[in-house]
Amino acid sequence: MKKPEEMPALPVKALAAIDLEAVGALDLSCPDPGLAMPMGSPEPNQLVRNLVQNYPPRLLRKRSRHIKVNDPIEVPKIEANSRTSPGIITQRGCCYAGCKGVVLGPITDIVHIVHGPVGCSYYAWMTRRNQADVPEGDQNFLNYAFTTDMTENEIIFGGEKKLAKAIQEAYDLFHPKAIAVFSTCPVGLIGDDVHAVARQMKAELGINIFGFSCEGYKGVSQSAGHHIANNGLFTNVVGTEELPPELKVNPWRVNLLGEYNIGGDAFEMERILARCGIQLVSTFSGNAQYSELARSADANLNLVQCHRSINYMAEMMESKFGIPWMKVNFIGAQATAKAMRKIARYFGDPELIARVEVVIAQELAEVEPVRNAIRARTNGRPVMLYVGGSRAHHYQSLFADLGMPVVAAGYEFAHRDDYEGSVVLDSITIDADSRAIEELTIGPDPERFAPRKTEAEIAELEAGGLKMATYEGMMPEMTKGSVVVDDISHAELEQLIEAYKPALVCSGIKDKYVIEKMGIPCKQLHNYDYGGPYAGFKGAINFYTEIDRMVNAQVWRLVTPPWAAKKPA
Amino acid sequence: MRKVAIYGKGGIGKSTTTQNTVAGLAEMGRKVMVVGCDPKADSTRLLLGGLAQRSVLDTLRIEGEDVELEDVLAKGFSDTNCVESGGPEPGVGCAGRGIITSINLLERLGAYEEELDYVFYDVLGDVVCGGFAMPIREGKAEEIYIVASGEMMAMYAASNICKGIKKFATNGTVRLGGIICNSRKVDNEYELLDAFAKQLGTQMIHFVPRDNDVQRAEIHKKTVIEWDPTCNQADEYRTLAKAIEDNDMFVIPKPMETEALESLLLEHGMLDVA
Repeated sequence: MKKPEEMPALPVKALAAIDLEAVGALDLSCPDPGLAMPMGSPEPNQLVRNLVQNYPPRLLRKRSRHIKVNDPIEVPKIEANSRTSPGIITQRGCCYAGCKGVVLGPITDIVHIVHGPVGCSYYAWMTRRNQADVPEGDQNFLNYAFTTDMTENEIIFGGEKKLAKAIQEAYDLFHPKAIAVFSTCPVGLIGDDVHAVARQMKAELGINIFGFSCEGYKGVSQSAGHHIANNGLFTNVVGTEELPPELKVNPWRVNLLGEYNIGGDAFEMERILARCGIQLVSTFSGNAQYSELARSADANLNLVQCHRSINYMAEMMESKFGIPWMKVNFIGAQATAKAMRKIARYFGDPELIARVEVVIAQELAEVEPVRNAIRARTNGRPVMLYVGGSRAHHYQSLFADLGMPVVAAGYEFAHRDDYEGSVVLDSITIDADSRAIEELTIGPDPERFAPRKTEAEIAELEAGGLKMATYEGMMPEMTKGSVVVDDISHAELEQLIEAYKPALVCSGIKDKYVIEKMGIPCKQLHNYDYGGPYAGFKGAINFYTEIDRMVNAQVWRLVTPPWAAKKPA
Repeated sequence: MRKVAIYGKGGIGKSTTTQNTVAGLAEMGRKVMVVGCDPKADSTRLLLGGLAQRSVLDTLRIEGEDVELEDVLAKGFSDTNCVESGGPEPGVGCAGRGIITSINLLERLGAYEEELDYVFYDVLGDVVCGGFAMPIREGKAEEIYIVASGEMMAMYAASNICKGIKKFATNGTVRLGGIICNSRKVDNEYELLDAFAKQLGTQMIHFVPRDNDVQRAEIHKKTVIEWDPTCNQADEYRTLAKAIEDNDMFVIPKPMETEALESLLLEHGMLDVA
């Protein structure tokens, strides 16, 4: 059961004991300051100069714009979302990875057909560890990999016929609710019109079929694919179905945007929301079903977890349907508590505010003993984070819980606003690479636009310390003197590890073993290695335990690697 | 075996010139293979007498892996070997990739192992992408002739093709053998093309005058030499064939910039300028 139909019972006495006035006075908008840099950390300005000193002059200038010494108050301008310099060994992925792999892929009952050579589909098969808990009897295609298996023949003569045939075959075999088609590089090169094929098959088969022009070469990273996915989902799915009346009773109805249920994170977030009596209409797109997304226009608030991959959707839904959005972070126990308080304050119902406080108190009572025990072994030990377009920010809250300062961090594919905050959005120069990605202009829906809050109500909420439709960014919540690096190279990463000797680096598979060969444990924050969930309260307990295991294991000190062993005489 | 590719602006008469020249070489007793590299698959029509023949790519598509040389190769005028690469219908797929696939397949099938004196590649249009440059890559063709006329755009295309040749010539064996003028009867055409060829660092290997006999032969699906061996135009193609046979001028071309081309036209291209 993922969505509460009945309000869970909470102790009446505890509910009555909540001091609503004190909760209302909490400041929910102030950035959380990062933990101070450890004593004896290297001088950051010199370190940043050293990082780029061996580059040729042009590359040195370019990389210097991507590497900044942080100041949370006077946030420096950092360049991001621009082309990767050849040869630096980037961690980035491609547009197709962002569209199919990240945003659309986790939806369980859509048949996702990859139009391309077989490897594009095969090597993207279940690699993100998206999980799902699909009700008995419902369709689930998460474990499948569908592809048109383009061969030389289709490259030369065009692949549209084979695509139409693949759609027909998928329909005949599975009768899914919807089929999505994803374009790989060669599709764009030979000019197959996937949208025309999708339209034709939609008319023939009578189910929703839509295509994505998410050829891998588009844009500078997977970020382009997120945008294309948002546009397609919004245009073809969102608002195409209505929530049945019996599911419109609870006014506390939310969508959770930018949560992909890696390692079961969404399960934990669903659990917490349900405990508080909040109805989750849909999640984009972890543990999600097609109809939930189609009905998402009937929610009353959009919660944005991963801002980078889904902010477009939040903004378009606000313009078209009048659903406000707010940034939340469910990574870290304190961060989760803050996110829940923000939701309660938005709805403004004393009952919900009290319910959230009771749940927070009960959950933290389980978290705190574990955290305190582990914190004694982790406190003050430095961490570096190089991952994603939101995660390098979100996980700082979990490390703050453990007293571990983040000395250096950066994203793979984020934009400037993810670093500096949405306040810089207007000053971001749109370069040719970004301009090539379609930007939809959305106005109010003539029938379905219904502002959930009046302008006056929003202004009142903001005056009371609740920020709507903004995102703070990573840098205002990182400590002064920490180093921020965008689209880090292997060489830069190795130098930073040498300089800071961190207890742990969080990154992805492309550099995991480079880091571990240096004797530093590496936690993958793309797919969580084999672990998770790490979101919410129970996830925090999992994470504390995992980090304790990693940074306090003796294995890194006991093992002599073969290349360091003395040769026998 | 001499490996020749014919390039030139679309509609300039590449296929017609190639087949008529090949007929001249065949008449001289040379053993020639023509490989049409145009998705329209009409590069061997005159040699074959219009006989339809399945293209390499169609055969590959229909027969799958089981393709033999005899499935794709037809005998034309004077025992010439004729092959059409073929390709997608207009607006779909990738014709360039098709040419790469087709030429590779012909090699694997041993199309070039027979005792041949010449292989001619007749290539569509300009060097538009990697696929259409295939015949001049990796030494597949070693001498290039560009069909041009005194029209500005034909010369512009020829200069562009020279850029492609230069690119591959510096790393490989391909060379430019000359410009074939397929006359459009524009002002001062002979002098203009002669000067143009010299500026590119090459020669005008032959000036083929405009003659309606070419059109008449085409209507009969024949090369001029086959249709009327005694007519004047047949001798023109024999002369061109002989010039190619005796050619020993193979150069890395010097492509011209647009401004240089324009001033060349101003200098030579108009008869009635005072």
